[in-house]
Amino acid sequence: MNQESVMHYQVDPWNYYMMRVRRRRMEEEDEMERVMRIVSESAVVIFSSSSCCMCHAMKSLFCGMGVNTMVHELDQDSKGKQMEKTLMRLLATNSTTLPVVFIGGKLVGSMDTLLAFHVNGSLVPLLKQAGALWL
Amino acid sequence: MDIYEPFQQVSMWGDSFKVEGGLNSIASPMLLVNTSMENKSEFIPHEPRDSSGADQETTNKDDSKVLRRLAQNREAARKSRLRKKAYVQQLETSRLKLMQLEIEIGRARKQGMYTGNALDTSFMGSSETINPGVVAFEIEYGNWVEEQHRWNEELRNAFQTNASEVQLHLVVQSVLNHYSDLFRMKADAAKADVLYLISGVWKTSLERLFLWIGGSRPSQLLNLILPQLEPLTDQQIASINKLRLSSQQAEDALSQGLDKLQQSLVQDMAVDPLTAANHGFQMAIALEKFEGLEGFVSQADHLRQQTLIHMSRILSTHQAARGLLALGEYFHRLRTLCSLWTSRPCDSIMSPKITP
Repeated sequence: MNQESVMHYQVDPWNYYMMRVRRRRMEEEDEMERVMRIVSESAVVIFSSSSCCMCHAMKSLFCGMGVNTMVHELDQDSKGKQMEKTLMRLLATNSTTLPVVFIGGKLVGSMDTLLAFHVNGSLVPLLKQAGALWL
Repeated sequence: MDIYEPFQQVSMWGDSFKVEGGLNSIASPMLLVNTSMENKSEFIPHEPRDSSGADQETTNKDDSKVLRRLAQNREAARKSRLRKKAYVQQLETSRLKLMQLEIEIGRARKQGMYTGNALDTSFMGSSETINPGVVAFEIEYGNWVEEQHRWNEELRNAFQTNASEVQLHLVVQSVLNHYSDLFRMKADAAKADVLYLISGVWKTSLERLFLWIGGSRPSQLLNLILPQLEPLTDQQIASINKLRLSSQQAEDALSQGLDKLQQSLVQDMAVDPLTAANHGFQMAIALEKFEGLEGFVSQADHLRQQTLIHMSRILSTHQAARGLLALGEYFHRLRTLCSLWTSRPCDSIMSPKITP
C-alpha cells in the first residue's frame, strides 16, 4: 500500500495534491455546516472559552439585558480547535477571535462589533427579531 | 603618571637616595626602573649588615625578594589607579544623566497641569528601562491637551460670531477628529505599556478620581453634557436615553470582565508554600493575562469613541457644537481645579488646629 502511494506520488504529483486539497475542502465544509447547525439551534449563540475574560464580559452583557444565550465553551469541546479555525475563516482574520456571537443564526462578530451595534441602537431590534428579547 | 611611580617606590626605600623633582619628567620609566634597581643593589648591603654581611648568595635572595615586592607593589598601584579612573568616569556619566533628568523635569513642570504626576519614578525608572513608547505618549498627550484648549476657543468664537451652519459643522468634525487622534495615541501607548495607560498616571490626579479602564465613563460624560443640549425633541430624548442605557450596560459588562481578569491574576500569583519552586511557569501565565488587559482597554476606548460618534449623529450641528464645548470646558476646569489643589500653600495643612 505504501509502495503504491509512493509510486502514485512519483508518477502523478499534481493529482495527489488535488486529492489532498479536495479532502481538506470537504472537511472545512463539514465544519462550516456543523457551526451553522449549532447557531441555528438558539436565538443567541456565543462561542467562548471558559478561561477568556472578554467572553465573560460578553456573557455578562447579555445577562444584564435579560437575554438567554447558548454558550459553547470551545476549550471543553473535543472539536473546539477546528471550530475556532472555522470561525476565524468566517471573520476573515488570522488572530484568535473569541468571543464570537451569532444572533438569529446570522453572524454578528466579536465584542467590538457587538458593542458598536449596542451603542448605535441596532442590537435591541435585532434581539427582538430573533425572539431573544421581549418588551 | 608611570614615570613618577618608581621614584616614589625608591624614596620609600631609603632616605639617602633623594631625587630632585626635575629628573622625573625627562627620564623614561624603563631607565628609572633600572636606575632604582641599581641603586637598590647598592642599598641592600647597608640594611641587613648585621645578619649576612657581604655574602653574595644572601644578597641575591634578598634582591629577588625585594624585586618581587616592588613588582607586586607596582601592580597594586596600577590596579588602584585603574579603579579610580573607572569610578571617576562613572561619576561623570551620572552627573550628565542627572543634568538631563533635571532639564526634563523642568520642561514637564512648565507643561504643568497636563502631566501632573506623570514623572513618577516607577515609570521613568533608570535610563536603561525608559520606555520610548511611554515617553512619546507623554509628549504627544501634552500637545493634544494644548490643542484641545485651542479647539475650545474655536468653538466659543464660532458661537460668539454666529458662524454659519457649514462653518460650525467643520469645527465639530475637526474636534471629533481630534478625539480620534487621542484614541489612536492611547492604542499605541497600550501596546508600549498597558499598565501605564490603564493606571491613568498620565492624567491629572483629579481626573484620576473618575478613572474607568484608562479613561472616562461614557455614561458619566453623557449625563454631564445633557443639560447643555436643551431644547431637545422627543425623539432625541428617547435616543439619548437608549444610548445612556446601552453604554451603562456595556460599561458594567466590561467591568465584570475586568474583575474576572483580576481574580485570575491573583490566583496565578497565589503561592503554595509547599511547592515554592517553579514560579517561572506562573509568571509566564500571568504575562499572558496582560494581553487580555490590552483587549479591555481597547474595548473601553472603542465604547467611548462609538458613544461620541453616535451622540453627534443624534444631535443637530448646533447642539453637537454646544455639547463638545461643554465637554472640553469640563476637562479644562477639572485640570484647573487640580492645579489649584496641588499648589495650595502647605502651611494651611501643617499648622496644628488648637481645639479649646
